[in-house]
Amino acid sequence: MTAAELGRGLRAGKFTSVEVTKHFLGRIDHSGKQLNAFITVTPERAMADAARADARIARGEGGLLTGVPLAHKDIFCTEGVLTSCGSRMLSNFVAPYDATVVERLAGAGMVMLGKTNMDEFAMGSSNETSWYGPVRNPWDGTKVPGGSSGGSAAAVAARLVPVATGTDTGGSIRQPGALTGLTGFKPTYGRVSRYGMVAFASSLDQAGVLAQSAEDAALVLGAMAGHDARDSTCVNAPVPDYSAGLGRPMKGLRIGVIGEFFGAGLEEGTGKAVRTALEAFRAMGATIAELSLPNLPLSVPTYYVVAPAECSSNLSRFDGVRFGHRCADPRDLRDMYKRSRGEGFGAEVKRRIMTGTYVLSAGYYDAYYLKAQKVRSLINADFKRAFGEVDVLMGPTTPTPAFAIGAKTNDPITMYLNDIYTIGANLAGLPAVSVPCGFVDGLPVGLQIIGPHFAEERLLAAAHAWQQVTDWHRRVPPMFA
Amino acid sequence: MTIEWETVIGLEIHAQLATRSKIFSGSSTAYGATPNVQANLVDLGYPGVLPVLNREAARMAVRFGLAIGATIARRSIFARKNYFYPDLPKGYQISQYERPIVEDGRVAIVLDDGAQKTIGVTRAHLEEDAGKSLHEGLGRHSGIDLNRAGTPLLEIVSEPDMRSAREAIAYMKKIHTLVRYLEICDGNMQEGSFRCDANVSVRHRGRHEYGTRCEIKNLNSFRFVERAINYEVARQIELLEGGGSVVQETRLYDSDRNETRPMRSKEEANDYRYFPDPDLLPLALDEGFIEEVRSGLPELPDQKAERFAREHGLSPYDAGVLTASRELAAYYEEVLRVLGGEAKLAANWVMGDLSGFLNRDNLEITRSPVGAKRLAGLLARIVDGTISGKIAKEVFEAMWSGQSDADAIIDAKGLRQITDIGAIERVVAAVMAANPAQLADYRSGKDKLFGFFVGQVMKATGGKANPAQLNDLLRKMLAG
Repeated sequence: MTAAELGRGLRAGKFTSVEVTKHFLGRIDHSGKQLNAFITVTPERAMADAARADARIARGEGGLLTGVPLAHKDIFCTEGVLTSCGSRMLSNFVAPYDATVVERLAGAGMVMLGKTNMDEFAMGSSNETSWYGPVRNPWDGTKVPGGSSGGSAAAVAARLVPVATGTDTGGSIRQPGALTGLTGFKPTYGRVSRYGMVAFASSLDQAGVLAQSAEDAALVLGAMAGHDARDSTCVNAPVPDYSAGLGRPMKGLRIGVIGEFFGAGLEEGTGKAVRTALEAFRAMGATIAELSLPNLPLSVPTYYVVAPAECSSNLSRFDGVRFGHRCADPRDLRDMYKRSRGEGFGAEVKRRIMTGTYVLSAGYYDAYYLKAQKVRSLINADFKRAFGEVDVLMGPTTPTPAFAIGAKTNDPITMYLNDIYTIGANLAGLPAVSVPCGFVDGLPVGLQIIGPHFAEERLLAAAHAWQQVTDWHRRVPPMFA
Repeated sequence: MTIEWETVIGLEIHAQLATRSKIFSGSSTAYGATPNVQANLVDLGYPGVLPVLNREAARMAVRFGLAIGATIARRSIFARKNYFYPDLPKGYQISQYERPIVEDGRVAIVLDDGAQKTIGVTRAHLEEDAGKSLHEGLGRHSGIDLNRAGTPLLEIVSEPDMRSAREAIAYMKKIHTLVRYLEICDGNMQEGSFRCDANVSVRHRGRHEYGTRCEIKNLNSFRFVERAINYEVARQIELLEGGGSVVQETRLYDSDRNETRPMRSKEEANDYRYFPDPDLLPLALDEGFIEEVRSGLPELPDQKAERFAREHGLSPYDAGVLTASRELAAYYEEVLRVLGGEAKLAANWVMGDLSGFLNRDNLEITRSPVGAKRLAGLLARIVDGTISGKIAKEVFEAMWSGQSDADAIIDAKGLRQITDIGAIERVVAAVMAANPAQLADYRSGKDKLFGFFVGQVMKATGGKANPAQLNDLLRKMLAG
C-alpha cells in the first residue's frame, strides 16, 4: 500500500496507525534484516507516535499523512536518536535536536520507524561506503541499491516502510530510486530546509523523498517543504498544494530530450525503456523535441571539484573535540586530530576531503574551484536556454541498471560516472524526479524528468500521468511481495 | 654615512560589534559569563546547523563605512577561512574575503606638531570571533570556552600609511573614538572588545618599495601598541644594519618582557583555503537601507570638533580633546548651556581639573562625582567674582568628595572673596607694619618684593582678597 492509500485507510478507520506500525516493524524485523537498510530502528518511539496519531485521528484531527510510517535517512538529525551519517565518525552521535524536515513530518503526524543506511556522509553511489556495511538491492541481493540514499530506497522498495526521506547532492535520491524501482524526487535547491541535515556539499544538498508513487512524493514533499528562517538558502515562497496539481493533462506539454544523455555509455535496454516512455508521453499529447546542452557533459568533473571543496570544509568540524569519534589516549592536539579523523572517516570520504583541500589550496584555487564555478554557470545557462523552449527535460536517470556489489569499489571514476545524468540538476539547483519505466534483466530502470526552478508541480503531474498509464511503480521485488 | 630609516605601519583593528546576539546565532554576546553557557548548537558547530546573519551587525558595519566616507558594497560575500584549532568549532571562521562590506575609506588624525594627516582604510569586513582556549589551572589539559565564538567583529584594515608609533596610536585612538561615537563597539580594551594587530616594516627613507614586514599580534592597549612597534622597529633596524634580513612572520608581543617574539613564519603559515560560504547568501544592501543608516548617523567627532572651534572659539587642539568622546563633548556642552557662555573658562576646567580628577580616580566622565550642572554652578561664581580661580580649585575638591554645591561650600567655609576695599586696606597696612625691612627695600627699588607683599596679604586673608583689587591697592600703598 502506498502512503496515500494508508492515509486514506487510517482516516476511514479500516486500520489503526498502531496496527500499521506493527506491521511494518515486523517486516523490518523479519524480511528486512538481510538488506541492511536500517542503521537504527526505533520501535518504542514508533509505537508511542502511532498511538498519538491514532488519538489524533479519533478526534478528527490530523492530515493526510497522520499515522503513516516513514523512515529518515540517517543524515537527518533526530533528537535523542543516533544520527550516524553512515560514518564511524558519528557512530556515537545522538543528535540533541530535530532537523526541520524531521520536525515537519512529525508535525504532520508521520510515525518514524527508524534511520536508514547510507553512503558515509552521503558520499557514494552504491551504499558501499557506509561504516555499517553495504545495503542490498531488494530486486537482487547481489546488486547495489544505488546511493547515497540506498537504505531509504531499499527499505521502501522492499515495503519495509511506505515512504522515506533522502538527500540528493549529485543524484543520491534519483539514482537509488531508479535502481530500486521507486519514485525519487529531488526538489529545487532551497525548496526544503537543510537545517539539521548533516552537510556534505552545501550548495548542492537538497532533501527529498523516496516513494512508491508520484502521489506519495507530492504528499510528503508538501509536508516537508517551505521557508525556514534557520536556513538562509531556504526560499521564502509559498508551497503549492502538490497533490491538487497531479491531474494536469499532458496535452501540449513540451518535452525536451537531452541528446547528450543518449550517447555512448548508455546501456541499450535502459535507453530503449526511456524511449518507449517518451513515446507514451507523445501519445498523451505531449510534444517531443531533441535538445543539446553542450556543457552538460562537463557536469561530472565540475561536480567533483565543487562537492569535495565544500565537503572538505564542512567535515572540518569533525575533529574529536566536541562530539563524534575521538581516538583513544591522544598524545597531543595534533595526534588527536590525526587519529580521530584517520579512524573516523572511511576511504571515500578521505579521498574527497583531500581532493577538496587540494582544489581550494593557494595556487590551485583559480585553476580548479574558480573554473568549476564558471563551468557551473555555463551549465546553468544551458538549462535556462533549454527551458526557454521546453517545459521539462527527459532522459535516463542512470546509464545502467543496478551493478553488482563490489564491481566498482576499486574504480572511483567509473563509480562517479554513474551520476553522469543526475549531477546537472544539482549543479543548476533544478527539481528532478526519477520514475520507474521498465526492467532490464529483472532490474528496474528509471526515467528522469527535470524541470525549471520551482516547477515541482509540473514534474509531479508528469510523473503521475505516467503512473496512470503504467504499473512499473506498482511492481514489488518478488522476495518482498 | 648613516642610513636614515623610515618606519611603515599598517594596523588591523578588531572592533567587537555591540550587538546583543551573535553574528550568526541567537546566543547572547554578554561578557564574563560562565564558560560555554552562551554557546548554542550553532556556536558549537554541531552537525546540521546553519548560520543566519544578524542584520544588526551589517547595519553597524555600514554605519562605520559611511562615517569614514567609504564605499559600501551593495553586494558583499561571506567566505570561509579554513583552519583547525580547538576553539574554532566548525574548523573554519566565517569572514569576508574578496568582497568586504566596506572598502576605501579614510580618517584624519592630528600629529604631535598639530598637522593633519589622512590615513587610508583599505577595507572593513564582518567576521565571527573564535572561542578562547584556557590553559591555566587545568593541569595537563586545556579548556575551551566558546562563549565568545560567533561574536561579531568588524576588522578594520588600514593602508600602510603610518610612519611612527605615535601616528599609529593617533590613528587607533581615532578609530576608537569613532566606533564609540557610532555606538557600534563599547571600546573596552581590557575585555578585548577593541584590539589590534600591527604590520611593521622599515625601509631607507626615500625608497618607494616597502621592506619585509612582520605582523605583531596581541596588542590590547594603546601603550602596548606603541611599545611593541618601537621594539619591533629597533629590532628590524638592528637586524638590517648588522647585515641580516627581516623574515616575514607573525610575532607575538609579550608585555611583561616588552619584546616581540616569533609565533609562526610565512612557511608555517596556514593556507586558509578561502572560498565563498555556500550556507550564506551574498549580503545585498539596497540604497534605501544605506540612506536610512546614513540619516541615523550622529554628529561625528571631526564635525563636532569643527563646530566647537567655530561656535565656541576654541583652538583646534582644545576642540579635538573635548570631542574625543561623545560623553565628554556632551558634558562640556551642558556646562556651557547652564553657564550661558564662557567657553574658554569651561574648556580649561573640563580639560584641566575635571579630567585630572577623573584620571586620578580612574573614572569615566559619565561617572564623574561632579556633574556638568554642578561644575557650571562653580564656574558661575568665578565669573561673578564671588571667588577667585584659585579658591575655586579648593571648592572643586570639596565638591568632588561631597554632595554639596559650590555655593554651599563657599558659604560654609567662608571663602567668599573680600571685595571691601576698607578691609583689604587694613590688612595691607598691617602687613606693611609687620615687614619694615622689606618695605624699605621695595621702596629703594627692589620691585620683585611686590610678590612678597601679595603673598603676605593673601596668606592673611586666606586667599580671599580679590586679586585685581589687591594689586591696585598694594601698588598705591607701597608707593607711600
